[in-house]
Amino acid sequence: MENLGNGLVFGLATLGPGIGLGILIGKAIESMARQPEAAGQVRTTMFIGIAVVEALALLGFVLAFAI
Amino acid sequence: MTLLLAAAEWGGEFDGVLDDINALFDFPAIWHLELFGIDLSINRTILIAWFMTLVCATIFVMAFRRPSVVPSKLQSIGELTIDFVRQIAVDIIGPKGLKFVPLLTTFFLFVFFMNIAKITPFLMLPPTSRIAFPLFLAGIAWFVYVGVGIKEQGLVHYFKELAFPPGVPKALYVILTPIELVSNLVLRPFTLAIRLFANMVAGHILVVITLVTAHVFLPSLPAGTALGVFAVIISPLVFGFELLIIGLQAYIFTMLTAVYISSSVEPAH
Repeated sequence: MENLGNGLVFGLATLGPGIGLGILIGKAIESMARQPEAAGQVRTTMFIGIAVVEALALLGFVLAFAI
Repeated sequence: MTLLLAAAEWGGEFDGVLDDINALFDFPAIWHLELFGIDLSINRTILIAWFMTLVCATIFVMAFRRPSVVPSKLQSIGELTIDFVRQIAVDIIGPKGLKFVPLLTTFFLFVFFMNIAKITPFLMLPPTSRIAFPLFLAGIAWFVYVGVGIKEQGLVHYFKELAFPPGVPKALYVILTPIELVSNLVLRPFTLAIRLFANMVAGHILVVITLVTAHVFLPSLPAGTALGVFAVIISPLVFGFELLIIGLQAYIFTMLTAVYISSSVEPAH
């Protein structure tokens, strides 16, 4: 039962970041396609955004083991 | 790993094994060593880390031992790597970023070579899957970006900008200041370390499961053989995917360090 709880913590923690990453990367690709000359800058900003969004899922990953 | 293999081969008691996933990462000490009450035992992880460091050093010493205008193959690989990191530094930090290229190159190569031990035959264990390695790297990054912030902006100004970002209504500082302080000083190094650690742990488990499946099910009953064949077919894909993750994590670690340093060099407006 405790293992199930641990799994649920991580599983639920990935839901929000999953949606966020989808929107983020989708928009980044959209803007790269519209303006290919800005692709480098968009890519860098995208990775920074991914890092911030991903942090939430990672906190869930850690908490799943910490609890 | 041996525990998992043994359990899978003799009776397949998966219940007891999955509880002890630490067996994949925790290895007994080969040589016990203790200094001032700190455990400095040498185990397999440390030996792999030393070996990969040696490989990295050898490659780069060979590459730049006799540098020439028309580079040899090895030298051009070395130059490409350093140019790649320099491009990151200049793009993100700006002209002041050239100062940080040695640090960022070290980070990139260290993380990359530690990670690539994950899919190197006979090693098959990334030292970065032990939290000590990423945490220490993130600690260095923390000291560098806080130090640079204090040096470039002054002690008081740096922490004032950090805690009270300008251009915000005064009442909002009640909420904003704690969030900003925690996110800038605690969460940044923490997530930097956890990102690398979690990716490596997950990747290592994936590789182990694929290879153990092939090892156990290939010589077994006809029904199991199909699973073994599937594992054999899928293992190159898993290795390729892991190679992608390895490169990406090294890149992201370097880039985020650069981003944090750039936020210290020039405060956010």
